[in-house]
Amino acid sequence: MNPAVRAEGLSKRFGRFVAVDRLDLSISKGEIVGFIGPNGAGKSTTIRLLCGLLKPTAGRACVAGFDVAREPDAVREHIGYMSQKFSLYPDLTVRENLRFFGGLYRVPRRDIEVRMAQAIAMAGLQGREDALVQTLAGGWKQRLALGCAILHRPPVLFLDEPTSGVEPEARRHFWDLIHQLASEGVTILVSTHYMDEAEYCNRIALIDAGRLVAIGSPGELRRRELGGALFELECSPLGAALVALRQVPEVIDAAIFGDRLHVLLRQPAAAEGLPALLARHGIVAGPPHGITPSLEDVFVQLVSRPHAAVRA
Amino acid sequence: MNLRRLFAIAFKETLQVWRDPRSLSIALLMPLMQMVLLGYGVSLDIRRVPLCIYDQERSQTSRELVERFVASGWFIAVHHLADARAVRDAMDRGTCAGAVTIPVDFSRELASTGAAGVQTVFDATDANTTAIAIGYAQGVIALAAADFAARWAAAHGTRPPAAGRVDLQPRVWFNETLDSRNFIIPGVVAVILGLVGAQLTSLTVAREWERGTMEQLISTPVTALEVMTGKLIPYFAIGAFNSAFCLCVSVFWFQVPFRGGLGTLVLTTFLFTLVVMGIGYLVSVRIRSQLGASQVALILTMLPTSLLSGYTFPIDQMPAPIQAVTLLVHARYYVTILRAVFLKGSTVLDLAVPILALVLYAAAIVWIAARAFRKRLD
Ligand SMILES: Nc1ncnc2c1ncn2[C@@H]1O[C@H](COP(=O)(O)OP(=O)(O)OP(=O)(O)O)[C@@H](O)[C@H]1O
Ligand SMILES: [Mg+2]
Repeated sequence: MNPAVRAEGLSKRFGRFVAVDRLDLSISKGEIVGFIGPNGAGKSTTIRLLCGLLKPTAGRACVAGFDVAREPDAVREHIGYMSQKFSLYPDLTVRENLRFFGGLYRVPRRDIEVRMAQAIAMAGLQGREDALVQTLAGGWKQRLALGCAILHRPPVLFLDEPTSGVEPEARRHFWDLIHQLASEGVTILVSTHYMDEAEYCNRIALIDAGRLVAIGSPGELRRRELGGALFELECSPLGAALVALRQVPEVIDAAIFGDRLHVLLRQPAAAEGLPALLARHGIVAGPPHGITPSLEDVFVQLVSRPHAAVRA
Repeated sequence: MNLRRLFAIAFKETLQVWRDPRSLSIALLMPLMQMVLLGYGVSLDIRRVPLCIYDQERSQTSRELVERFVASGWFIAVHHLADARAVRDAMDRGTCAGAVTIPVDFSRELASTGAAGVQTVFDATDANTTAIAIGYAQGVIALAAADFAARWAAAHGTRPPAAGRVDLQPRVWFNETLDSRNFIIPGVVAVILGLVGAQLTSLTVAREWERGTMEQLISTPVTALEVMTGKLIPYFAIGAFNSAFCLCVSVFWFQVPFRGGLGTLVLTTFLFTLVVMGIGYLVSVRIRSQLGASQVALILTMLPTSLLSGYTFPIDQMPAPIQAVTLLVHARYYVTILRAVFLKGSTVLDLAVPILALVLYAAAIVWIAARAFRKRLD
C-alpha cells in the first residue's frame, strides 16, 4: 500500500537560509508520527510544505497520493490542518466556525448537522454552541480547531503544536482524540514541544536545523545506544560543573536535567573519577550512578551531535 | 466557482462586518458624516470670511453697505484698501478671501436711479466655500438694496425706476467656472462611495493575515475567485445601501435636481463600486496589515478623487500633463457621469465614453485583484 505521506529530498530555502534540508519521510496509513525538534528546527515549515502552503525549493512530496507542488488543491481536499497559531475566527461562534469550514469543505448537507454535533461533543462544548470563540479557554479552542479540521473526514491530518499552552489535563484529553482518529485509520503528523507527548506517538521524527536527525518508535530510539554510558550526577553549581566536564576527554557530552547533570562517558569506568575531578574545580558532587536513557537524553544527544547520518 | 463555498465565505464575511465596530462605522456612519461635512457643512466654517474693502467713494451710504457686510456675521473687513492693485496683492497673498469694490459714483447712482453696482471678487481656489460666500454676499446686498430702495421711494414718493437694486457683480478669480452646489454634490457622492468602498474592502483580507486565520483559510480547497467574490458580496450590499442613501440625501435634502434615469445611475454606480472595491481588495491582499492597507487605500482613492476627478477643480483648467494624469483616475469618469445624469439627464448612450472607461477599469482591476490572491504563504 502507498504511504499516506511521502517526502523525498524535500527542501525549503528562504533566501539563503535553509529551513528544511533534504528531508525523507514515509508515513503509513493510520500511523501517528510526532515531530520533535528545537525552536526554528523546521517543523512548521515541513508541515506547511506537506499541506501545499509553501512551494518546495527542491525534492518532492506526496500526500494522500497527490503531489503537493503540482496538485495542491487535490491535497487540500484530503487533509485537515491545524496551524501552530490558533486560527479559527474569534468573532464567530462555535457553530458558525464549524458551519463555515463545513461549507468550505463541502461536507454533504445531510451530514453537516450530525458532524457538527459530533465535533461539539468531541470538544466538550455542548451548551456553548453559540458562544463566540474568543471567549473560550485554550483547551476548548484547540479541540474545536481539531473538530473543524476533521469535519470533512480527511484521511491525513497535520497538527502543528496543537497542545502548546494547554494545561496537562486538556493535553491528555486531546491525545485521546488523536488516538481515536488514528484507530479509525486517519494518518496523523503532529509536532510538539512536550517530551511526554512523544511517548504517545507510533514513531518520532526528530528534526534539527532543517534535517531529519532520527526517526523511530520511542522504544527504538530509547534502546539505541548513545555511543557511551549515561550517568546521572548530583552536583552544585551546575553551570560550572557543565563547563568543567565538557573539557574532560572521557566525556562525550554533558547536559543539565532539572537539578542534576546527565553525563555521557566513553567508558563506564571513568565515572568513579568524576567527583574528585569536579572537586578540583571547587564543585561538590555526589556519586554518579548509571541510568537508562530517556527519550529526552536521546534527543539532547542527537541534537548536540554534528549531523552525520540519518538513522532509522 | 463553487456556490457552496462562495456562500460560506459571503456569510462569514457578513457576520464579521456586522460584529466589527470599525467596519460598521465606516459602512454606515462615514457616508452620513461625509455627506454632512462635504455637502452641507461647508457652511460651518464659512463664518467670518476675511474681506478687503476698496471703497472708492467713502460716503455715508458706501460705509453703510460695508457695515452691513460685517454686521451679517458672515464677513469681517480685514483691510481697507486704496487702489485696485492693492486688492490684487491682498488676494494673491491670501490675506483675504474676497474683496468688495464700491465705485466712486455709488451713492450718486443710487440717489438718481435707485440702483447701483458693486463688484465683489472672491478667491475661488476653494470653490465650494466660495460658492457659499458669494451666496451670502448676494444676501447681504439684496437686503441692503431693498432698504435703499425703500428709502429712495420714501424720499421721492414713487417707486424707483430701476426697481430698487444694488447689482452685485461677482467675479471669480482662479476658477472662472465656479461650481455651484448642484455641481459639487454629485462629486461628493463619488468621493463618499469611493472612500467607503475602498476602506471597507481594504480591511477584509488584511484582517485575516493579521489574525492568522489566513493560513487556515488557504489550507482548505477554497479558490482565489471564491474568496474574492464571497468577500465582496456583503460590501456590495453595503455599497448599494450607501448609494441609495447618498442619492436620497442629494435629491431630497440638498435639492439637487435629478433629471436622468435611475437605471443609468444604478449601472454606472455598480461599475464604479466594482472599481473601488477591487482597488481596496487588491491593496488588502498586498499589504497584509489592516492599518497599512486602510492608509494606502485612503491615499489611492481619496487623493486622486478629491484633486483630480474634477470634483473641485475643473479638469479643463489643469495643465496639460495633469489633465493626462486624470485619465487614470477612476473617479473622474464617475463624477462626469453623475453630473450629467443628475443635471443634464444624460442617458447611457450619451455617456458611452466614460461608461466604457469605467468598464475597462473595472475589468482590469478585478482581473488583477483575482490574480493577486495566492493560496500560498510564500
Ligand atoms: N517565511 C519565512 N521566511 C523566512 N524565514 C522563515 C520563514 N518561515 C520560517 N522561517 C525560518 O525557518 C526556520 C524554521 O522555522 P519553523 O517555523 O519551521 O520552525 P519550527 O520548528 O516550527 O519552530 P517552532 O518550534 O518555534 O515552531 C526558522 O529559523 C524561521 O525563522
Ligand atoms: Mg513551528
